[in-house]
Amino acid sequence: MHAQSEITTQQIAELIALIEKLYGFDFGNYSKASLRRRIIRIMQLQKLPFYDLKHQLVNKTGFFQHFLEEITVNVTEMFRDPTFYHALNNQIIPYLSSYQHSKIWCAGCSSGEEAYSLAILLNEAGLRKKTFIYGTDINTEMLNEARKGIYSLRKIKSYAENYQMSGLSGSIIDHFTVLYDAATIHNELKQNTLFSVHNLVSDGVFNEFQLISCRNVFIYFENVLQERVLELFYNSLAPLGFLCLGTKETIRSEPFRKRFKVINQKENIYQKIGS
Amino acid sequence: MALDENIIARWQQSELLVLGGSAGSFKHIFNAVRVFPVNLNKTVLIIIHRKKNFFSEIENLFAENSRMSLREVTDKDIIHKNTIYIAPANYHTLIESKDNFGLDVSEAVWYSKPSIDVSFECAAEVFKSKCTAVLFSGANQDGARGMLSLRTNGALTIAQDPDEAEMPDMPRAAIKLNAAEYVLKSNDILDLFKT
Repeated sequence: MHAQSEITTQQIAELIALIEKLYGFDFGNYSKASLRRRIIRIMQLQKLPFYDLKHQLVNKTGFFQHFLEEITVNVTEMFRDPTFYHALNNQIIPYLSSYQHSKIWCAGCSSGEEAYSLAILLNEAGLRKKTFIYGTDINTEMLNEARKGIYSLRKIKSYAENYQMSGLSGSIIDHFTVLYDAATIHNELKQNTLFSVHNLVSDGVFNEFQLISCRNVFIYFENVLQERVLELFYNSLAPLGFLCLGTKETIRSEPFRKRFKVINQKENIYQKIGS
Repeated sequence: MALDENIIARWQQSELLVLGGSAGSFKHIFNAVRVFPVNLNKTVLIIIHRKKNFFSEIENLFAENSRMSLREVTDKDIIHKNTIYIAPANYHTLIESKDNFGLDVSEAVWYSKPSIDVSFECAAEVFKSKCTAVLFSGANQDGARGMLSLRTNGALTIAQDPDEAEMPDMPRAAIKLNAAEYVLKSNDILDLFKT
């Protein structure tokens, strides 16, 4: 039987309201086109028509956790957009090296690839002992993956291509211990990271950072939510701290365009200005 | 083959034109970009399969040869008429509403990101019958399923004649699914764009 491949706008709204009421997660300002595709994907994977999906969300223990894992997009790569890491290395690292200690927030870190890419970059720049990376996500299962820091060798091979193109001079595999078909990030890099749950929609400031990297998360947020999260980032940044967004994302809000200076237009790197 | 009145009327009513292609499609899409007048009065979205990380000359080549303004889609871009939008590599291009695009980095579809299926399905959802879609040459079956959604929603759907396509798999897959209402040679497709 062919699984359901359509869902109405009304049904999406119903589902959002149900989840908010039962579990306190607010997807109300998530981009709808993507959310629609994710919901249809879950219905197809689980072979659930809409009514049964709702029923399971209400009645089946543990189903929501699984739903949460599938509703968020957890596709990520190390050194995704190599030119971004090139820019980071040339334009931002020199700033960070002037600080005694820097804290970095990787917001929406999923299974940890971006956080570890930063850890590798910092390690190669000799800043490992002077920096600490906080990785956060709403998805506890993904955070467990991030804490493990184990990736298949097949993936590492494709990450190695990215790494090569970013112009870094080392070798990505030097930061991993390889056993059979899996590679584990070195302990010394893990020790400089902390992965924990944080919801950009509902949670607040938890530290002060010199750098916040939140790449390919805004694409899932409507403009109104992007603006709220920008406020959170602004308040979480130290004076002259940096904000990195995804290559195809941008600060659309006029007030925030005035509060951030563009450091690199193409790679979407900004610096907090004003007070 | 001469273009019938139905196809011309439906093309003229369209607010959005979506062009999808993979291997062997570049030439045809390039030719289409060259014939669009500055006041086409439609939005054009182009989805061509391409590799991530390789700086592509596509935008520059297209822009230099187009009378319409042209840009690569960025997150929540406003959908303007008389503008050609190119789907960026390593993202799916979604359509949030008649006013905004969206992007998504989720799993590749048919090993492709951007996927033609994804953009076609969004176009069907949002623009329904006010859309024309063309599927050109390509070596896999991306686009066929999306084209079927478009056809089901009343859009005008056209597959390039597989006998003429360098890689016939893609238009052929659409025809096999009964997703293509018309099968046309590339010259006829260009003629349609000029009406």
